[in-house]
Amino acid sequence: MTLGQQEAVEEQRSSRLPTNLTKVQELVYELKVEQVMTRDVITCSPDATMAELKEVLRVNHVSGVPVVENGQMIGMISVENLIRALEQGESQARIRDKMTRRVQAVRADDTLAGAVALFARFKYGRFPVVDAEGQLVGIITQGDIVRGLLRQFETLWHSEEIRRYRASHIFEDIESEQTTLILRYRVQPRDFVRGGEASSKVKRALDRLGAHPHTIRRIAVATYEAETNIMIHTEGGEIIVEARPEQIKIIAVDEGPGIPDVEQAMQPGFSTAPDWIRELGFGAGMGLSNIRACTDSMSLTSTVGVGTRLEMIFDLTKGGA
Amino acid sequence: MTLAEILAILEGQLVSTVNDLGMDVEYGCGADLMSDVLAFTHAGTLLLTGLVNPQVVRTAEMAGIKAIVFVRGKIPPPETVALAQEMGIPLLATRFTLYESCGRLYARGLQSCGLFDLAHKSSPGGCAEAHGARSKT
Repeated sequence: MTLGQQEAVEEQRSSRLPTNLTKVQELVYELKVEQVMTRDVITCSPDATMAELKEVLRVNHVSGVPVVENGQMIGMISVENLIRALEQGESQARIRDKMTRRVQAVRADDTLAGAVALFARFKYGRFPVVDAEGQLVGIITQGDIVRGLLRQFETLWHSEEIRRYRASHIFEDIESEQTTLILRYRVQPRDFVRGGEASSKVKRALDRLGAHPHTIRRIAVATYEAETNIMIHTEGGEIIVEARPEQIKIIAVDEGPGIPDVEQAMQPGFSTAPDWIRELGFGAGMGLSNIRACTDSMSLTSTVGVGTRLEMIFDLTKGGA
Repeated sequence: MTLAEILAILEGQLVSTVNDLGMDVEYGCGADLMSDVLAFTHAGTLLLTGLVNPQVVRTAEMAGIKAIVFVRGKIPPPETVALAQEMGIPLLATRFTLYESCGRLYARGLQSCGLFDLAHKSSPGGCAEAHGARSKT
């Protein structure tokens, strides 16, 4: 048995397509021009005519090519140059006389971000790619960039699949009388910007371990309530996850100040949260009762001046919510 | 109901830049209390709220909220938008109040998250099930 049920894999899949902008931004700084460029460059000789260029562009479905003489790139010629020449009845003119001589090239080891900036600045349809010695090694268009990014997304998606597969089989692959996976997360006090990161990581870990979405949801909600309690009321603490194939135990411990009256704290609506916490939408005194409703069992012990320990048990053998 | 329909009904505006306007939401929940969102919503819910701090997005992530509408013309700060982008949760904004926004969507058929029994002093409180919610399944 893997952790929880293996069903609803499709359901999970649909919810984690990599569609966010930050990932694209990350990738354009990670990927190099040489990883997405076209290596098979179509070139032409400076002595060819514009009419011959027309055939080269038509046959190869490209809109511009580097002009190469004796192995050196000496210019670029594009469909724009061709149209201008044809308008003026110069179809027999030499490419040498019509090409753009001051070529803006991009380095093969540049990031995609550099190439994107060039496209924005120069409005050309393509840039020749050169190596450190200035030798032509490829050509890049905006289409190459888009295709490269999509390919990378696909690779990332596959590696997430593999990671998920490995994680979800950990309990089968490792033989022991009883295997328990322990995960620990630090929770900082009063950090409302990064608060919730521990719960977010717990949620992702359970997803990779192959737990059922309903189970993941109730564990995520309870863990987040516990994490916000540590964040709001204490001097910091820890979330510890003990995962076994049949049960998840989550322990939220903190370093004080402790709860004087635990029974009172468990009452729905009882809260000691200050106004600024309430203004953020928390501190209504519903946290512990929410936790109780999400868990299969819970226990809360506290010593004033020492700290509080909350244990939450989620039974995975029952399945579903 | 799709995000595109919601945007039209609320005369809204998109706040996040990556959005699937064809995304479908099943239920609506209007709340400024995040514990209520955690306790009483279902996966696949649209959240309408007047709060704009990043914990609204965290709450949405944990509760499986699909998209968030900020009411009363509020626009969330950049850290909230950044977290939502990372989590793939679309953000919308509308000029209407929470009351009117919910009313408009409800009138056009977006379901509520459930119906709750009156809580008595002895009731334990907590999740929808514990309050005897009549939910979808």
